[in-house]
Amino acid sequence: MELTGAEIVCESLLKEGVDVVFGLPGGAVLPFYGALAKYPQLRHILVRHEQGAAMAADGYARVTGKVGVCAATSGPGATNLVTGIASAQMDSIPIVAITGQVPRPAIGRDAFQETDVTGITLPITKHNYLVMEVEDIAPAIKEAFHIARTGRPGPVLIDIPKDVLQDLRTEFVWPELPNLPGYNPPGDADSEQVARAAELINQAQRPLILAGHGVLISHTYDRLIELAEKAQIPVITTLLGISSMPTGHELNLGMPGMHGMAYNNLAIDEADLLIALGMRFDDRITGRLKDFAPNAKVVHVEVDASEVDKNVKADAPVVGDLKRVLDQLLPLVEPNVHIDWHRHLEDLKSQHPSLHIRESEELLPQFVLNSLSEVTGGDCIVVTGVGQHQMWAAQHCKFNSPNTLITSGGLGAMGFEVPAALGAKMGRPDKPVWSVAGDGGFQMTMCDLATAVENNIDVKFAILNNGTLGMVHQWQDLFYDKDYFATVYSGNPDFVKLAAAYGITGLRVTRQEEVADAIQQAMETPGPVIIDFVVKESENVYPMIPAGGSIHEMMEEEPEASVAPPSGGG
Amino acid sequence: MPNSGMEQHTIVALVEDKPGVLTRIASLFRRRGFNIASLAVGKSEQPGLSRMTFVVTGDQDTVVQVTKQLDKLIDIIRVADISEQETVARELALIKVRTTTATRAEIIQMVHLFRANVVDVGAQSMVVEVTGEEDKVNALAHLLEPFGIIEMLRTGLVAMVRGQEDARASDTIGIEMRENGSRAGVPG
Repeated sequence: MELTGAEIVCESLLKEGVDVVFGLPGGAVLPFYGALAKYPQLRHILVRHEQGAAMAADGYARVTGKVGVCAATSGPGATNLVTGIASAQMDSIPIVAITGQVPRPAIGRDAFQETDVTGITLPITKHNYLVMEVEDIAPAIKEAFHIARTGRPGPVLIDIPKDVLQDLRTEFVWPELPNLPGYNPPGDADSEQVARAAELINQAQRPLILAGHGVLISHTYDRLIELAEKAQIPVITTLLGISSMPTGHELNLGMPGMHGMAYNNLAIDEADLLIALGMRFDDRITGRLKDFAPNAKVVHVEVDASEVDKNVKADAPVVGDLKRVLDQLLPLVEPNVHIDWHRHLEDLKSQHPSLHIRESEELLPQFVLNSLSEVTGGDCIVVTGVGQHQMWAAQHCKFNSPNTLITSGGLGAMGFEVPAALGAKMGRPDKPVWSVAGDGGFQMTMCDLATAVENNIDVKFAILNNGTLGMVHQWQDLFYDKDYFATVYSGNPDFVKLAAAYGITGLRVTRQEEVADAIQQAMETPGPVIIDFVVKESENVYPMIPAGGSIHEMMEEEPEASVAPPSGGG
Repeated sequence: MPNSGMEQHTIVALVEDKPGVLTRIASLFRRRGFNIASLAVGKSEQPGLSRMTFVVTGDQDTVVQVTKQLDKLIDIIRVADISEQETVARELALIKVRTTTATRAEIIQMVHLFRANVVDVGAQSMVVEVTGEEDKVNALAHLLEPFGIIEMLRTGLVAMVRGQEDARASDTIGIEMRENGSRAGVPG
């Protein structure tokens, strides 16, 4: 039987095992929505803004390991996806975005709601398609999912003109294999490379593992622990690598970098070997490159060859699938104890207790996040926005199982916390999901509270409300003469009333004593809940290494004098 | 790895002959801040596939990064830096030069010395076609300059690895590169 292009899209999504599509319809994509209505197996979650669709697909993908799917119409629908797609690209998240395009005869004529979305998304997708023939739809979707989920994952966009979806018909033929001669993600690594890496690991006196997002993407957590334990190598996790190893594991030191633990940055400074696993030496980790890890040789295991030697030169580059590389590597690594190194790290930890939360009359955001972890027992998925609350969550929350911290790390897209949490809950309905938000980011995407209510998506929203764009405020405080221009939010809504307006429970917490009870109450309340934690207004995240700086410029607490503005990006 | 400063590298690629491929490549060069000195593209011996030759300027690290980034593009099937291989490299140029009755014979003589051809003769100009390595084209252009070059058009370099029975010899370097992350493009 011949099917329309739109029906072929639905059939193809089913073949790929898709069960939920986040989206918002419009003229050009309507034929697809018409077909979608006939496929109840493909649940559609109607968002209030397309950015939410892309970010929900991202959250869904991270917690399930599956490809997240979002849909939007041409023009503004497609451009609204862009921030979510860019975030997925930076964080290597497999999503497939399906956009309607104006009918083929209208393309290039500046038609109503026409945008060159394949052109716009070219640098922020792993690959994209403009499908001009109905026969090409199924192969494009097959390839898109394959590209999105394999190798270093990433977003793929498929743009389909309205007439191809609606007017054309063909037999549905699902290709057995994707036809991609130019795409061969690596599997096993070259054995010489692995041997060289093992040699460096076996020789090292002061080794550190830097575990990145790749550990989570490739499901390599067990082998990471095996490697760390076998040679007693301490593990530092990048922001996106957090939850690749339980927070409580004795070898897990936590996060490095701009707001990482001081002892981690000092350890990197002194290490003689960095074993970088599935991470890309982002500038928030390295700071000034020439001063980064001056004493260390580098083993760099990456599935994406272009990441090797991009920022930090590798002495032992290993290109391959991380899981398979560790299978190759583990037998070659000799057991070790590194007693002196561990003693030294213990000393560093006691001299630089970066996680200490001071006594305070005011409600401190760090205290709230620490309580959240205590009350939930660390057994929840934390989805953050971007800024101070994100860094405090990374520092103070505890994570017991993989893929339980969901955050926009690379792009740093504020507003991620609301839709990504909805996607995460859709993907893992069995897990409590907490959206840890700033009042700034929350207001960027809070329109999707309606989406949560409409679909009864049980996400708890913890707003750390300091009435400012906290991280920018912090930079102004430290580097820009305390000129708090355009960072104070004096017109915030009453978030408890806002909850009421959506017909959900809203709680306000202003004192430390109320924190645990409110979290408990939220957990016991079915459906979405908002807690407005009114926290201290001016509170800075420490430790801090200014952008483009080095360990020598690290501030462990409030400096007495103003500091020169950093020249590094951010 | 020696950082021998800015130098010219010749990169060849086998790519899918699809709409948008050139945009993807151009966009990548722009976004990553790489410089293209020349770019030539045309059909290959395999249907549906084109070959491209890029000449890029940069230090060794930059060129390795260019090659790796190109290799990531789905539509690029193979890519290799062949700068240190034995290659045949050619460029074609059309040069329209001003002529007078007094200079015409001299110009023709010069053109023949370079084994170039006169492909059009007008009352006050002629068009010279020259093929060769970049230096040869430069040299002829330099000699013709005093007569007055009205217009010049160069195709950019096309290059191929010498010898080697396998028609895809240069492409295998691309495969090796993928397997040996850091040694990208360095002939093994």
